[in-house]
Amino acid sequence: MTPEKLYEILSAYAVSQGIRLNKDKPFVMDIMQGLLTNGARYGYRSCPCRLAWGVKDKDADIICPCVYRDPDIKEYGSCFCGLYVSIPWNEDKIEHRQVPERRPKEKRAT
Amino acid sequence: MPSEKPQIKLYTLSTCSHCMRTKRFFKEHGIDTDTVDVDLLTGEERERIMNEVRKLNPDCSFPTICIDDDVIVGFNEDKLRKALGIT
Repeated sequence: MTPEKLYEILSAYAVSQGIRLNKDKPFVMDIMQGLLTNGARYGYRSCPCRLAWGVKDKDADIICPCVYRDPDIKEYGSCFCGLYVSIPWNEDKIEHRQVPERRPKEKRAT
Repeated sequence: MPSEKPQIKLYTLSTCSHCMRTKRFFKEHGIDTDTVDVDLLTGEERERIMNEVRKLNPDCSFPTICIDDDVIVGFNEDKLRKALGIT
């Protein structure tokens, strides 16, 4: 799997969900590479913006798309990582702000 | 611009796009940093570094940027410019 191929797949997937990938392609391609790196490292594509435990059961909530994506998009227009965004976010109709970490503290890797 | 060179420590993940932007920002401005990719650490070393991160940023999110006594969480170019005196 190449970053470009993953981009194509996830872009189509985002559209099917009524959302989009961030229009900042270089930024998104860094995320593609991060997902592929985590996939090779852990055997699953955990969120590249979060520290993983490396144990699938403990990282289940942050396997991309993480369980926090939808509430984050609903509240901020973007997921924590900035990969998945709403259409208004991509059209600059809502403020682009830093998305706070929604993952409960007790679940975060140490 | 502060007269003395600030001490800058970056706690980052090697896979994180916000961390990559942060690293690029410092590189593009020719500013030296002490950078650690926490996801590449294991065992006691990772534990020790995560204890440092927790003290600076209880959320333990990345990047955590330490510029002398200032802590900036996440990539925020405006905050970085202000902290570094870059116009």
